[in-house]
Amino acid sequence: MPKLKSLEELEKLRTRLQKDLDARVETSTTITVGMGTCGIAAGAREVMHAILAELDARDMDAHVTTVGCIGMCHKEPLVDIQQGDEPRITYGNVTPKMVPRIIEEHLVQGKVVEEWAVGRVAAGQEG
Amino acid sequence: MSTSKAERHRADVLVSCLHGRCAELIPALEEEIERRGLAGEVEVVEAGCRGLCSMGPVLLIQPEGLFYTNVQPTDVPELVEETLVKGRFVERLAYKEPVTHEAVCHYEDIPFYSKQVRHVMHDCGMINPESIDEYIAVGGYQALGKALTSMTPGEIIDEVKKSGLRGRGGAGFSTGRKWESTRRAGDGIRYVVANGDEGDPGAFMNRSLMEGDPHAILEGMVIGAYAIGAHQGYIYVRDEYPLAVKNLGIAIEQAREYGLLGEDILGSEFDFDVKIVRGAGAFVCGESSALMQSVEGKVGEPRPKHFHATERGLWDQPTALNNVETWANVPLIINNGADWFASTGTEGSTGTKTFCLVGQIENTGLIEVPMGITLHEIVYDIGGGIPGDREFKAVQTGGPSGGCIPASLLDLPVDYDSLTEAGSMMGSGGMIVMDDHTCMVDIARYFLDFLKEESCGKCTPCREGIRRMLEILTRITEGQGEMADLDRLEALAQTVKSASLCGLGKSAPNPVLSTLRYFRDEYVAHIEDHKCPAGVCKALIEYYIDEEKCIGCGLCRRKCPQEAISGEKKEPHTIDRELCIRCGICHDVCKFDAVGVK
Repeated sequence: MPKLKSLEELEKLRTRLQKDLDARVETSTTITVGMGTCGIAAGAREVMHAILAELDARDMDAHVTTVGCIGMCHKEPLVDIQQGDEPRITYGNVTPKMVPRIIEEHLVQGKVVEEWAVGRVAAGQEG
Repeated sequence: MSTSKAERHRADVLVSCLHGRCAELIPALEEEIERRGLAGEVEVVEAGCRGLCSMGPVLLIQPEGLFYTNVQPTDVPELVEETLVKGRFVERLAYKEPVTHEAVCHYEDIPFYSKQVRHVMHDCGMINPESIDEYIAVGGYQALGKALTSMTPGEIIDEVKKSGLRGRGGAGFSTGRKWESTRRAGDGIRYVVANGDEGDPGAFMNRSLMEGDPHAILEGMVIGAYAIGAHQGYIYVRDEYPLAVKNLGIAIEQAREYGLLGEDILGSEFDFDVKIVRGAGAFVCGESSALMQSVEGKVGEPRPKHFHATERGLWDQPTALNNVETWANVPLIINNGADWFASTGTEGSTGTKTFCLVGQIENTGLIEVPMGITLHEIVYDIGGGIPGDREFKAVQTGGPSGGCIPASLLDLPVDYDSLTEAGSMMGSGGMIVMDDHTCMVDIARYFLDFLKEESCGKCTPCREGIRRMLEILTRITEGQGEMADLDRLEALAQTVKSASLCGLGKSAPNPVLSTLRYFRDEYVAHIEDHKCPAGVCKALIEYYIDEEKCIGCGLCRRKCPQEAISGEKKEPHTIDRELCIRCGICHDVCKFDAVGVK
């Protein structure tokens, strides 16, 4: 990455990154795991490993990413799933045992596991 | 797919989840599009997996966002005819949106979020903190660009002053004025420092910010440094926050790589760099002068403030020291303007404040609210109330040196001045909720016990005063208190408050003074009646078994570590008061609510 020399260069980079991010969200599945200290303490690392293992076992492609604390510490570990322009669904108090069902029902069958979902963000509202 | 190419098309057909099936689908689509003369208008793109593999092949038609599943080559003519030529939707191939989607509530409808105003924490939990690209994609470093290219340092200071931003570390001093004094102090070296030494029990908002959005803090610091004329900054983080240290470190490296830290930032000829200083976790190092001593490599002890840090701070040079949350507010002000910022909150306390909601509360977590919101809204609407239908008793704000606010003041607006008036303080934002099972004398004792350990010992009022107050409080909780102790406590508290060297000592008596002010009857009950109304202080309570309720199941008898409980099967049991150590296990295990405390 060459250094940014001006505000114009920064703005150009921003436009490109924004498009990349939009394209990523639009064309694939993004799984976001809350990995602040509160999430990690509640077991987010184990949950993330379970997600990666499950995706691997099913030979599925999804973008798994980590974020900091969103504030709902009492519901950690939190896992968000966003597919295309579907709303971003948040699952709360996720354990590794819950991961296969979330992946099977949400990712494969396209059905939100309602009883574990704690909220959703309409597509395009999070940015 | 190159974006510029796609923009020239009227529509894009994104095909995904092929996984080797129906390899003929894409050629079929292309052929049909060509045949209908739409080749220049519509582009077919093979996109990545959308996760709906079981419903593949999946088609997404943009920009309309029409979504078809299980598309076969035989469906292609109808699909192209209806959707691309006539603009109609083919129901038959529609993705069956599970109706249940709607059953999950929107974030803004979740009570926990609906009363929050998330400005500073907007991107926390949304973007990957380890990626500067994601921060830039959501508009990061735009404020820095704006400040460096179109604003003079004076204009930035004026904007921050006009916004009314006050220090988020607790004291609440005007940030703009602090910067102005620092800029005016001499023309030599100046420093900016971010205070991330969060040490209050139950507080973790600074940690979450440093972990979740480190670039926002950096961006604020670069803007501040430019306004003040500093070329070196320090972030002081306690080493107990390893993830915060790690993420800040990554953020600094990335910002340097992009030229957003270092020499000639964005071609503006302004140079600035930041270093992380890890603290050893002493509570007193959150105090500004002790923090700066610690950065210099000396023992973290406060010093008398004959000079403000803005004149002689770090290495005796003018220094602007702000809390990390204050720094993270700066890009918001530069991007949206002072008026936008001041439109949230109250006249004297503008903007938002983050709080950690902990203790006896349903929704433990990190919240951000507009200044001026009432405690009632925080505890009941956002926090979801007290678990187990217990009664709210008090909320402790401002950490160990803050005060306890009683239920009668629940309508108090949360801003710097109201909290100070009520005998507490904003502090950095810890909020500990207590129910009626909390003894306020014991709470005061607990906080003084914490402060006794954390007092650096440099000045006598704090070092000795806290110990003596703790002795008196311990005496009262053990039933050995006398009424004159209350006057002694008050006198000691006033002395410590007025004679201590630094903020830690000056605010240390707050837990004592505020509980004396609002819960004096509890102190009196301990002293005169030898009773602890909340049933907490072991020396003053007694466990008993209610004969009416006890069915003689024997559970408490088996669990009692002292073998103090006796009784025949199916007959009411009794507790031997001589043997009982008041551990409360019998009370906790009884399924019939037959064990009481008096």
